[in-house]
Amino acid sequence: MTPDSQASMADPRRLVVEDLRVVVKRTGHDIVDEVSFTIGPGEVFGLVGETGSGKTTVALALAGHARRGLSIAGGRVLLDDRDVLKLSASELRHVRGRQIAYVPQDPSSALDPARRVGVQLAEALRVHGDKREGAASRLREVLAEVRLDSTRELLRCYPHQLSGGQQQRVTLAMAFACRPVLIVLDEPTTGLDVTTQRHVLETMRTLCRSYGVAAVYVSHDLAVVAELVSSVAVMYAGRIVEFGGVQDVFFSPAHPYSRRLLRAVPLTGRAEALQGIEGSPPRPGRRPPGCSFAPRCPLVLPACNEEPPPAVELADGRRVRCLRAGEAELPAPSVEALVQQDSGTGEISALRVEGLVAAYGSTEVLHSVDLVVPPRRCVALVGESGSGKTTLARCVVGLHANCSGQLHFGDERLPMGYRRRTEQAQRGIQFVFQNPYTSLNPRRTVGQIIARPLEHFGEWSRSEREARVVGALEDAALSSEFLNRYPDQLSGGERQRVAIARALVVEPVLLICDEVTAALDVSVQAAIVELLRRLQAERGLAVLFITHNLALVRSIAQDVVVLANGVVVETGSVEKVLERPSDAYTIQLLEDVPKLGSATSRAHRAGPQPVSVTQASPRRVPDAER
Amino acid sequence: MDPEADMDSDRSSAQAPAGQAHAGQAPAHRRREWLFVLSGAAKRPRGRVGLILILFVVLVAVIGPEVAPYSPTAFVTSAFAAPSRQNLLGGDELGRDVLSRVLAGGWLLLMLALASTLLGLVAGTIAGMAAAYRRGFSDGLIMRCVDVLLAFPQLIFALMLVSILGSKLWLLVVAIGLAHAPQVARVVRSKTLDISERDYVHAAEIIGVRPWRVMVRDILPNLTTPLMVEAGIRLTYSISILAGLSFLGFGLQPPAPNWGTMINENRVGLTENPWGVLAPAILIAILTVGLNTFTDAVARVSLGVDRVEEAVVYNLLPTDALK
Repeated sequence: MTPDSQASMADPRRLVVEDLRVVVKRTGHDIVDEVSFTIGPGEVFGLVGETGSGKTTVALALAGHARRGLSIAGGRVLLDDRDVLKLSASELRHVRGRQIAYVPQDPSSALDPARRVGVQLAEALRVHGDKREGAASRLREVLAEVRLDSTRELLRCYPHQLSGGQQQRVTLAMAFACRPVLIVLDEPTTGLDVTTQRHVLETMRTLCRSYGVAAVYVSHDLAVVAELVSSVAVMYAGRIVEFGGVQDVFFSPAHPYSRRLLRAVPLTGRAEALQGIEGSPPRPGRRPPGCSFAPRCPLVLPACNEEPPPAVELADGRRVRCLRAGEAELPAPSVEALVQQDSGTGEISALRVEGLVAAYGSTEVLHSVDLVVPPRRCVALVGESGSGKTTLARCVVGLHANCSGQLHFGDERLPMGYRRRTEQAQRGIQFVFQNPYTSLNPRRTVGQIIARPLEHFGEWSRSEREARVVGALEDAALSSEFLNRYPDQLSGGERQRVAIARALVVEPVLLICDEVTAALDVSVQAAIVELLRRLQAERGLAVLFITHNLALVRSIAQDVVVLANGVVVETGSVEKVLERPSDAYTIQLLEDVPKLGSATSRAHRAGPQPVSVTQASPRRVPDAER
Repeated sequence: MDPEADMDSDRSSAQAPAGQAHAGQAPAHRRREWLFVLSGAAKRPRGRVGLILILFVVLVAVIGPEVAPYSPTAFVTSAFAAPSRQNLLGGDELGRDVLSRVLAGGWLLLMLALASTLLGLVAGTIAGMAAAYRRGFSDGLIMRCVDVLLAFPQLIFALMLVSILGSKLWLLVVAIGLAHAPQVARVVRSKTLDISERDYVHAAEIIGVRPWRVMVRDILPNLTTPLMVEAGIRLTYSISILAGLSFLGFGLQPPAPNWGTMINENRVGLTENPWGVLAPAILIAILTVGLNTFTDAVARVSLGVDRVEEAVVYNLLPTDALK
């Protein structure tokens, strides 16, 4: 096995995975193959990849589980020298929970909504732990470890009464309660905002260190992984394409896929056009004969298409599946620095929000919010979950009528409900929804979906409409082949492109994007953000870009508005807010954003990649609200 | 039959054409959803059995009048005559040929059942969809009316209408249709409540599409599968209500033959010639069982289709687990 630079404990091998293979039962296609890695006690191991790379399948296989329709066809999973895959059902039940704990992605669906938190925790202790004696004190101890006070109130809560972060802490507490030797975390922080995420991650790291637990952390978010783990495996199409110490992998990624993946991560510190990865990973059973990444690889050689590249071991102990892995100087991807655009000072703003107060029932979620989107500029509205940013967007498009204050679109005063708005406003303000999986009607083709607004506003002939639909598709970087497809034939990124095409086909003045990348992988997010940035610049669109991810702001917006608990706490240009934040909340938020860590900052200093330079306009751009 | 394995084959067969292969062809369960669901149901053992039973009864009802040996109203034998070579199922209370009456008595029953089911579905869908989509006052008004109607058992409700207004054919259809509408409205309303909160509906709303257009173009197409299941259930009920009404003497009027009335007429002679009651009863039973079985298969297939969609909507689909 690979000598691991990080493991330095007495027993360096707590978990050994060898040639793990999971296949689809019926067809025999492999979902995951040739997966091998080692984890030592107290070590956190990162498993990174896009949707569909097989990372969750691997995570489940570590606990001896295969999802319905799949079966574990080969390999070994040695936990303290005992093969988990060879255990009988009753032995497995014994091992799960007591020795292997699994923390699922969504804590709200992992906890039983009908039972009190205390009861669920006690059950976890009772079933697997020491029988009864001192149960109450163990409960307190377990909760203290995840930094929750074991007050009566908390224990008597039902899961829905807790926040997302608290819920995830409870599942962590349950996982750590029985002192497992291996804990598998499947994207446990995906639904959490940055501050909560950081707290949960810190808790987890401390617990792993202090109890010598080996942890597998599954994620598509490289930045999170970089801060947390000591070694990392990058998965692509069911295989580990690069495996090594986190410093090495992020310092100088050797596989072209890892390099592209790293380029896609938005960072607060760099103002560059994000680069997504074109195309999508091949599905099981449709993988090419050669390297699975070859069709998307910018550095592809003819030999790549012939047979799967073997794992090559580099000098620093890394294993890489790439024919060109040994080459010292891989051509660095070109980087496009962003140039700030001139603002439209003096012109009438595209959107002006004054004293907006919005409420759900009697609970006020927005307290007198002021916001301005100048023409031809992109304003990012940043805030944590629950800060009211989506409510604000819904007010602006008229979906949330329980609000007061003033909305101006150009020189037109907007009524609150969409029903009372003029056609000009309905057409001029377009909205892109957060979740592309619910925003497209599953019973209509892409062509019908995009033509819908055109039919509605009805000033085009049939042939004009068709031409415009194709044009909109092309603008969204989709070919006209997509016209007759249905949404469930599209990937998440393609769906979001269709949603963007639908919004832009009527040539709006103002585009509102509500967390449009929150449901997407990092690599897809990069491509979508870049698409929006390009369209915004080309068409001179005014954009209100709503996000919880401060790191994204640099890549698209010129101005930032920070929203906290329904109040605007800071506004200003991107440089000002990100580099010289004045509000304590913004500063905290910036600190909590996961960075590619020391690993990459060092990489940028010494590595072969060019150091990114912020090429902002020399002249100070005026703040958004002026 | 293993329901789990069943479900699995649903999911993958529904999903198979989708994915990133981009063959250019739309997946079957989107192009003609109802056809996909029906053919899917017919392919399962359960659906096949149901279909055979239904077809048998329909065949009897359709071809029956042509092949009946006697006129259904002719007196050809003695009252409650035992089965003989001339009268295979014997005679009824007035000495008419039971076989001929059974063969001739199904057609009208089926037609009326279909018509009333259709009426019930249309009325119920409109009411349920409008209530759920408009919310507020309309919702309250429509659903309270539905609640009042639901308080009467269907048969009693139909009986009430027919006994007040007299028994005409169209009135039977209206009465039974109206008896169905509240149940359909409940089902449609709950489904619409879910759909109308989806973002694609909001997307249509914010560009100012009129509510009725949103209902017809965005919501209705997504109601196809639940409506198909509902149609099967309602058809079964229509048949039993019609037969029941006829049995009670409020339905189709003698001397025209029909299965429900026959059971009523001949029950006094049950000991002398049981076929006068048994033959129509068995046919109604076969039809009902067949319809229920087939509807069950339809429900399973559509559950598979909806599962895929739901999985996509909530991003639950293990993209690597299928294919």
